[in-house]
Amino acid sequence: MLHQIEKFAEQSKTVPAAAIDSVISNASRRGVLKGLGGFVLALHLLPAGRAGAFPAYETFGPGMPNGVVNDPHIFVAIAPDGEVTIIAHRSEMGTGSRTTLPMVIADEMEADWDRVTVKQAEGDEPKYGNQDTDGSRSLRHHIQPAREIGAAMRHMLKQAAAKQWGVKIDEVEAVGHQVIHKSLGSRVGYGDLAEAAMALKTPPRDVLQFKDEKEFRYIGKGTVPIVDLHDITTGKAVYGSDVRLPGTRVAVIARPPVVGATIKSIDDSAAKAIAGVETIMHLPITPLGSKFKPLGGVAVIAENTWAAIQGRDALKIEWDRGEHGTFETRAYEAELRASTAEPGTSVRNQGNADAALKDAAKVLTYEYYQPHMAHAPMEPPTALANYADGKCEIWAPVQSPYVARTDTAEYLGMDAKDVTVNVTLLGGAFGRKSKADFATEAAFLAKQVGGPVRVQWTREDDIRHSYYHTSSVERIDIGLDSDKRVTAWRHRSAAPSFLSTFTEDKGVQHEIEIGMGLENLPYEISNVSAEQCPAFAHTRVGWFRSVSNIPRAFAVQSATAELAHELGRDQKEFLLEIIGPPRILDAKTAGLPGKFWNQYEPEKEFPFETGRLSGVVRLVAQKAGWGKSLPKGEALGIAAHRSFVSYIAMVVHAKVEKGIVRVPEVHVAVDCGFAANPERVRSQMQGACVFGMTAALYSGISFDNGEVQESNFHDYEMVRADNFPELVHTYIVPHSFEVHATGVGEPGVPPFAPALANAIFNATGRRIRNLPIGDQLKA
Amino acid sequence: MTFRINLNGKETTLDIDGDMPLLWAIRDIIGLTGTKYGCGIAQCGACTVHVDGEPTRSCQLTVEDAVGTKITTIEGVNGKVAETAQTVWAELDVPQCGYCQSGQVLAAVALLSQNTKPTDENIDEAMAGNLCRCATYHRIRAGIHEAARRLEA
Repeated sequence: MLHQIEKFAEQSKTVPAAAIDSVISNASRRGVLKGLGGFVLALHLLPAGRAGAFPAYETFGPGMPNGVVNDPHIFVAIAPDGEVTIIAHRSEMGTGSRTTLPMVIADEMEADWDRVTVKQAEGDEPKYGNQDTDGSRSLRHHIQPAREIGAAMRHMLKQAAAKQWGVKIDEVEAVGHQVIHKSLGSRVGYGDLAEAAMALKTPPRDVLQFKDEKEFRYIGKGTVPIVDLHDITTGKAVYGSDVRLPGTRVAVIARPPVVGATIKSIDDSAAKAIAGVETIMHLPITPLGSKFKPLGGVAVIAENTWAAIQGRDALKIEWDRGEHGTFETRAYEAELRASTAEPGTSVRNQGNADAALKDAAKVLTYEYYQPHMAHAPMEPPTALANYADGKCEIWAPVQSPYVARTDTAEYLGMDAKDVTVNVTLLGGAFGRKSKADFATEAAFLAKQVGGPVRVQWTREDDIRHSYYHTSSVERIDIGLDSDKRVTAWRHRSAAPSFLSTFTEDKGVQHEIEIGMGLENLPYEISNVSAEQCPAFAHTRVGWFRSVSNIPRAFAVQSATAELAHELGRDQKEFLLEIIGPPRILDAKTAGLPGKFWNQYEPEKEFPFETGRLSGVVRLVAQKAGWGKSLPKGEALGIAAHRSFVSYIAMVVHAKVEKGIVRVPEVHVAVDCGFAANPERVRSQMQGACVFGMTAALYSGISFDNGEVQESNFHDYEMVRADNFPELVHTYIVPHSFEVHATGVGEPGVPPFAPALANAIFNATGRRIRNLPIGDQLKA
Repeated sequence: MTFRINLNGKETTLDIDGDMPLLWAIRDIIGLTGTKYGCGIAQCGACTVHVDGEPTRSCQLTVEDAVGTKITTIEGVNGKVAETAQTVWAELDVPQCGYCQSGQVLAAVALLSQNTKPTDENIDEAMAGNLCRCATYHRIRAGIHEAARRLEA
């Protein structure tokens, strides 16, 4: 244990779990620094904060499991030397939230960022509030509590100083890591106030004074680098497989090639003969619908990773493939297409689209297909677990450490209080690491062995046993009258739901999936219907960066461009026209039985404003020089989509040569409300373009006899440094804090594929309706 | 079997199966974890180390074959080129999740050591073996150009 804690302590911005408490209990009172005439304040002297600068607004944060916590006693510790420790309770997978949220707290409390250490929280939602790091909601749900924590901490520091000096709180100011009293000429550092300040009760929000935006030191500036930067570039950063405990054994597992497949026979003699292999253990097989329980299988436990991999590969197992053993991708695609040929279950019914289609002078029908995809984060799933004296401790790169903790406790028949989940850095995640089956595997084996076990997934394991992005057919029927006016838009979706991972598969989608671009078409058309058509899962389906928005944006934005072409119109002009005048989408007018799903965010605070969607379209078109002439084989394409309550439009410049697609340039306009860390917004947009290009060009998981056919990066390819969207220009629509921060981790991905497909069409006349693009343009 | 390898300037004795890939010997036996596992088949570059200065996928080099070479990992890389690259990486805030960056930095240092003025094409060729799923390619390319500029100055 000590070894591991030392390892963590080496990180420049990470301190061991026990440190915060000891910092506070060891706090000793030192003399107040006052009246030091020669001492020059280097920081500006604007008094921070005024009442009413930051009115409260509602988000779905409190509605999440275990809600939101905004207490500085939980999130902030100040050492006697003034070093401030701030808790990051969200997982860091590359979006920068581990830096940005503590930065917001530090700014609002007037702490000097150079004297702040960020400490990662363990999985403990009753203490920290919800920790599910997904849904692009770290900033959306937590920027407000972070400001409240910071302002409350500043208030407590001022209270403590005022009490020391026997003055009123409004006579003192908190500036640059100290509290000052101008007329007395007194000042006291945060370190010296720590003990007294922390002993105070958390003040209620209505007495808090928040900073004006012009007083921010770090928020909105984009000047604070991520806290792990130095450790990452020098190899010291700690990811899931980097934690070491003395005597750690390594497990590599043979999992069923088809979900729910059972073992007919096994010969493990060759595995046992490999030097370093110690034990072979069985994990119970689980069927589809087992949530995040391990798939089961046979674990080879060895002295080191290499021996475990060799041992696992030497197992001879004959499987009974079971009910999903005939799953085959081409047949399934045909099944999904057939499903959308029939009326489905209505999820939106505005006007009468069926009648309008019947009466239409012309009906255009477009079908778009996307296969399953695997997240393939650069760090394959891995976790270390230890078990001793009835307690289990896990170190794992998980997006939802509290769910990992409670699920693991349930799986092991333990009380959650006896399970600890420590969160390492995540070497990419993209939704895969929300499902902590790998951590539960490690815990199960550690309990069986009675000591530390690290489970290492190989890349082949990762590609073959993911929680795959849904596969879908999206069919859109558009009715035109004799004047070529659009009279009807009917969208049918057939896609297996992630509900099938949680419960018995009824072949229907969850409101979350329906809410991601199926029910909320923002077009001004009189007759609009949306239907979901039956689709049953034959593998584990789970959310993947941007989730159902990917196929929906691809379908809707491709169909819009196809329609523009049919009508002889410019893609951008037609897109703006069909979005129509600025308005707030209204669920009742739109023909929904209830409310829009809207990421569960209250519509009062986060309405769907079509003017903001048109706004990013206009902005990106202007910046990209829409309409400019390009050489033969090159063209621009445009797409726009609102997801995670952010509005994004993209113009992709495609160049097609001998069937090879290149993207010299992408322009991205982002309206994400207030941008707390514009630098990380830009990096997320760069990332989304590359991630989107990988999905569009290459990503397809195929099944035969129920088994995944791809295995590693040679056949499940990624965009590389020799062909990526070379220039990504990001334009952030400027907003003050009054326009609420939304989310940027995911919404950049969905518009990429349709913008690319629209550009390819403009460049070549070839319309891409099936993803991935693969070799389609070579034929 | 016993093998003596030279890692980060130190002679290290390993008592292991000579077929073990250097990657796992570095991570599991020597205990340096900056070298990452990503694919095991030389398709991603996360495990890149320098072998006699050449960027090499440590998942494909056995311990036995590494004997007699000088191996440098991210923990041991030093000198002007490495320091410049690491400084520029920080200034451009290159990493997102960071998992691939040990390999990216080592590949970039090897390139800059051999080519003081790499073109975009040189960079593409040298870096195409190093995958980044978060997609930091833009900043890596910019970082290599910037490091080259500073090293020339």
